[in-house]
Amino acid sequence: MNAESAICARGIIRDFQAGQSTIRVLHGIDTDIRSGEMTYVVGESGSGKTTLISIMCGILWPTEGEVQVFGTDIYSLSDTELVNFRLNNIGFIFQQYNLIPSIDAASNAAVPLIAKGMAIGPAREKAIELLEKLNISDQANKLPNQLSGGQQQRVAIARALVHEPRLVVCDEPTAALDASSGRRVMDLLREVAVAPDRACIIVTHDNRIFDLADRILVLEDGRVTHDGTDMPEDH
Amino acid sequence: MLWIAIRMLTGDAQKFYGLLFGIAFSTLLITQQLTIFVNLIERGASGVFNAPEAEVWVMDPVSRTTDVNYAMPSTALDEVRSVPGVEWAVPHLRAVASVRTGTGDLEGVAIIGVDDATLIGMPENMVSETKSVLSQPDSVVIDDGGVFNLFENGEDPIGQRLELNDQRAVIRGVADSIPSFTSQVVLYTKYSQALNYVPGTRNRLTFVLAGVTEGETAAGVADRIEEQTGLKAETREEFADAGVDFIVENTGIPTNFGITVVLGFVVGVAIVGLTFSLFIRDNIKQFGALKAIGVTNSKIVGMVSAQAALVGAVGYALGVIGTVTFIWAFSGNPFFKGFYIPWQIPLISLAAVVIILAITGWIALRSVLNTEPASVFR
Ligand SMILES: Nc1ncnc2c1ncn2[C@@H]1O[C@H](COP(=O)(O)OP(=O)(O)OP(=O)(O)O)[C@@H](O)[C@H]1O
Ligand SMILES: [Mg+2]
Repeated sequence: MNAESAICARGIIRDFQAGQSTIRVLHGIDTDIRSGEMTYVVGESGSGKTTLISIMCGILWPTEGEVQVFGTDIYSLSDTELVNFRLNNIGFIFQQYNLIPSIDAASNAAVPLIAKGMAIGPAREKAIELLEKLNISDQANKLPNQLSGGQQQRVAIARALVHEPRLVVCDEPTAALDASSGRRVMDLLREVAVAPDRACIIVTHDNRIFDLADRILVLEDGRVTHDGTDMPEDH
Repeated sequence: MLWIAIRMLTGDAQKFYGLLFGIAFSTLLITQQLTIFVNLIERGASGVFNAPEAEVWVMDPVSRTTDVNYAMPSTALDEVRSVPGVEWAVPHLRAVASVRTGTGDLEGVAIIGVDDATLIGMPENMVSETKSVLSQPDSVVIDDGGVFNLFENGEDPIGQRLELNDQRAVIRGVADSIPSFTSQVVLYTKYSQALNYVPGTRNRLTFVLAGVTEGETAAGVADRIEEQTGLKAETREEFADAGVDFIVENTGIPTNFGITVVLGFVVGVAIVGLTFSLFIRDNIKQFGALKAIGVTNSKIVGMVSAQAALVGAVGYALGVIGTVTFIWAFSGNPFFKGFYIPWQIPLISLAAVVIILAITGWIALRSVLNTEPASVFR
């Protein structure tokens, strides 16, 4: 295993049951994700992108194969150990943000710290520091439904980074945003999320932001067909 | 995390109030109906409670309650007096009569003849005048509930003349008594006078009320009276229970109130269950996100429990306050005179609330626990 590998995935196979038949969505994927880089996973709809990153971040069990995250074989952990591993090491950014509607932006951003047992006051203070970096500290006391989509996604980014995880995982972070706010959110994400000791995986369709990637993995029918710093010519 | 759970719930005002309403409504219905039920059936014992001095009630063996009775020969009084352990024994007559009011209406009343000398058999307190007014000619004392029935227009009952089975009667006092189950008008008069009002049958001694000498128990003396006289003798507690049991056995009241209480419970389960499930469904994405981020299932259980506990505590308090307010608001109504909430009833409704929330909370929780954290990426 490579020294600077954040994720080391070997022989990942994932089957889904569809009625009587079994569909193989991932056909034995071997790949490493490195710290200090922003890795994009791209590919057509249904190619298995979400399935792959779900397995890589410990929320979906592979049918076969092994995933090491920072040297830990995560699927050999017990359920509770795995949940705590995620809490301590992984930040999530969802397409639908999934913010809690009845608490304000700062409290939403502070959720991982609160889940770790930090008191609300200090947790919010830390979250507000991060909201400042994301240029929305003036929105800290607003409820999610009082924010624009781009602002909500920035709160979600703050939530993903507030506890300083070593791995950040995003699935279609810009899909619900218009082109310009999507671009701005991704610029910011690149600014705050990329660090020498942190890995960042982003699943996206959005070809307007491909230029922000350090590395691009292309998935076709559950196989990695391209791995490089740029998109292949035919895409 | 509990703080977040509570904010999630209270932040959704519509569902929060829906849940509170469901719990409060169930609590109110159960507490209020059980309270009315208990107070109502206890009225079956009002005849016993209204003669507080009597420690033992002696009657014909076929008599069942103060109102379902069969008279004894007048010799029974001396027989009871001769039983060792009987400190005193007095005659007590209970009968029904028709009264013609000033306006000419006919009304059924209960006549209670109390001991001429001691007035034992009357309620403890008077609302107006004193018990001694019974010494005056043709005197009767009416119960306070009866005043409402007979003098609806608020006339002063004192001095009013009545025609009681064609005999003259004058109301000279009002007794502070517990209403009977039927809320029938009650007229107290001296035993000797009552004999005039009640048309002559041979036996007109309905009960003998007795007190026991110091050092004896009422139960022991009652047993001795039964042995020695062949009459039936019951302690005041036994006879009060007999009155309550009679109502329970001979009316549809327990069934009717039972149905309402069950309905209260079912409606609670329905409202709370639906609202809770809707609330969880609306927030399932957020719960899923929390699970992905790293909140353990046991913490999720804690969160949903905290939400249920908050709803339960506030809703229950509102329901109990509602019941107390209801009883208090109607305390001026003679029907509700003396109503109280036995301490067991709030505990019963609390248990019902806990069960409602346990059922509905568990159903709601199951869907959260079954949510795959991976579903947040879909
Ligand atoms: N829970 C599931 N049960 C059954 N089939 C599933 C499940 N999740 C995914 N699949 C199937 O696996 C395949 C890959 O799905 P996945 O979500 O990984 O695709 P994707 O590349 O993320 O697509 P998109 O770009 O549309 O999000 C699809 O054919 C999908 O129908
Ligand atoms: Mg996807």
